[in-house]
Amino acid sequence: MIAVKGFRGGVHPPTNKHLTEDKPIRKASEPARAIVLLSQHTGAPCEPLVKVGDYVKVGQKIGDSKAFVSASVHSPVSGKVASIEPWIHPALGKKVPAVIIDSDGQSTLHESVTPKGSAESLSQEEIRAIIRESGLVGLGGACFPTAVKVSPPKGKTIDTFLLNGAECEPYLTADHRIMLERADLVVEGAKALMRAAGVRKGIICIEDNKADAVKAVERALRGVSGLEIAVLPTHYPQGAEKQLIKAVLGREVPPPPGLPLDVGVVVSNVGTAAALATTLRTGLPLISRIVTVTGQSVVEPSNLEVKIGTLFSSVIQDCGGLKGEPGKLIMGGPMMGVAQYTMEAPVVKGTSGLLVMSPEEAREEEGTNCIRCGRCVEACPVNLMPLFIRAYTEAGKWDMVERYDAFDCIECGCCAYVCPAKIPLVQWIRLGKNELMSRRKGGK
Amino acid sequence: MLIYAIATMGLMGLIFGALLAVASKKFAVASDERVGKVRAVLPGVNCGACGYAGCDALAEAIVAGKAALDACKAGGPRVAEKVADIMGAKLDKHPERMVALVKCVGNKDKTKYRGEYSGVPSCRAAVMAGNGPKDCLYGCLGFGDCVRACPFDAIHISPGGVAVVDADKCTACGKCVAACPRGIIELVPASHKVHVLCMNQEKGVVTRKQCTVGCIACQACVRACPKGAISVQNNVAKIDYSKCDDCALCAAKCPVKVISGRKESVEAAAS
Repeated sequence: MIAVKGFRGGVHPPTNKHLTEDKPIRKASEPARAIVLLSQHTGAPCEPLVKVGDYVKVGQKIGDSKAFVSASVHSPVSGKVASIEPWIHPALGKKVPAVIIDSDGQSTLHESVTPKGSAESLSQEEIRAIIRESGLVGLGGACFPTAVKVSPPKGKTIDTFLLNGAECEPYLTADHRIMLERADLVVEGAKALMRAAGVRKGIICIEDNKADAVKAVERALRGVSGLEIAVLPTHYPQGAEKQLIKAVLGREVPPPPGLPLDVGVVVSNVGTAAALATTLRTGLPLISRIVTVTGQSVVEPSNLEVKIGTLFSSVIQDCGGLKGEPGKLIMGGPMMGVAQYTMEAPVVKGTSGLLVMSPEEAREEEGTNCIRCGRCVEACPVNLMPLFIRAYTEAGKWDMVERYDAFDCIECGCCAYVCPAKIPLVQWIRLGKNELMSRRKGGK
Repeated sequence: MLIYAIATMGLMGLIFGALLAVASKKFAVASDERVGKVRAVLPGVNCGACGYAGCDALAEAIVAGKAALDACKAGGPRVAEKVADIMGAKLDKHPERMVALVKCVGNKDKTKYRGEYSGVPSCRAAVMAGNGPKDCLYGCLGFGDCVRACPFDAIHISPGGVAVVDADKCTACGKCVAACPRGIIELVPASHKVHVLCMNQEKGVVTRKQCTVGCIACQACVRACPKGAISVQNNVAKIDYSKCDDCALCAAKCPVKVISGRKESVEAAAS
């Protein structure tokens, strides 16, 4: 076991994982209609490869892009393409093009869905090609195309591979259940990812509030060389890439555009590894993911394996529906998730959870003025001074917003969590970043 | 003793004075007196709408021939004429006075809200967080990004939650146009009274569900217009002000009453 070094800042919010941590993963009911967004990842959006009226099969590629930073999308059901029209993207809040498929209920597999072999039997290039073809993205929520991640540019060497099973976000237990129930997939996927990236040494990082998952992964690691486990104290935002690297290896990733690559590390989520292993074994591309459906307003909080493209309303129905009028629906966890205004958005590759808060949980207190107590400065894991970034954003002093390194913010929400004046600091910083970006683009 | 002190000081004064007089003649920098005159007729609010650092910088640019005679947006035609007089030049055309117009009257009772927004009270922040709380993506959000941008205190949020321009104070500097994340503020000729107060580009059926005062692109105004000044583009009516003669026949025919005068827009938004 590896001695961990920890990181500065951060908070310890109530984890609320008891709602779902003991609930085994179960399959959600098949969607009658799948809404597959063509932009579910960081990078160039996909172009549709099918037309209205086409018959598609499970696992058939229906959208792809020629751009390097992109990830293809596949049909999660078999049936007819009903239409190609804009649909609400749960993370962006706006409409993006989507392929809408009416399922015929047969789940006929596409011819391309055949077992690919084990991590050992495939070459580095083969695994990279499989990852690219399967549309795999980081399933922790950021949705960065995995194929790009495991193809470091020439001149950069990676010495360590971190498998992120920290799951520091409160409420979410999807990764926890994956490690507990599918530890062998996690390990196999990790081996494949390491092979693709050309790394020998891998560390599976798990927070200490998931002791059973640690045991399960330990069992799966017996007889496997090159992979170790690091048990980390529960500490938000430990699962953030840069904080994880700092906590486990003591290395500091340089500020943007610095990447983990610059310190010789690649970080991948345990769910991503398990999904890759599934693809290798069955040939199925990324057409489903594990979603934690939780919160005080959900009748039966669960961990579900949901087909991408299933509507939130149907996922919540699968969990017994809602108790009364909900207070807030969030995709993801309470710290970094995105509040939704409709249940008619589809599950995307980055949907790690659906959190339905009761009105009491969602209650917000009126914000007051900043008292300059400095708690946000203490809590910031990337050593920023959120109070000043916010003040300069409000005053429109954009050069100062930049000088206070707004671009370094990882939007973890620690500052807003500890703020006694209840100021939405992250939102202010995001606003500042947005303005700076548009100024850069405008060349002002 | 006293007399010596006074005499010395007086003498020194004379010598330095003479030196200064010579220096000011010898090292004089030729400056164009027109700069000062132009500067005097500019509004002096340093709004920056012209693209220069302020009124001083613009005055210099105009005299140097780098900026147009009518470069001062806030000053409008009156200032442009005065500047032209000073420069001894003629304006090619007499520009029309423009004013800003918020093309939305969908106040709280008229537009459907799809959610509650709580957070940073800024239109731009609301747009970043799920595209704002209104169903209509072309509706005024009413958090006042334009109000904060206006250097002339000419735009305010009505009790109904929609921005309204005070045409008397507006100088058409265009700051609110740039600040609005929805892009629903336009500069229109001040002399015109009839405007389409909506920019919703959804199809009529969708618009109808979103707002009771949204343009449904029914073409009634197009048929009513004797001058052929109205056309429907992207599901929303648009007036060509060069053809429009303010007869308001279109306003009378509009089933959703979204074509109206400026006065009506203020009243509607305030209700």
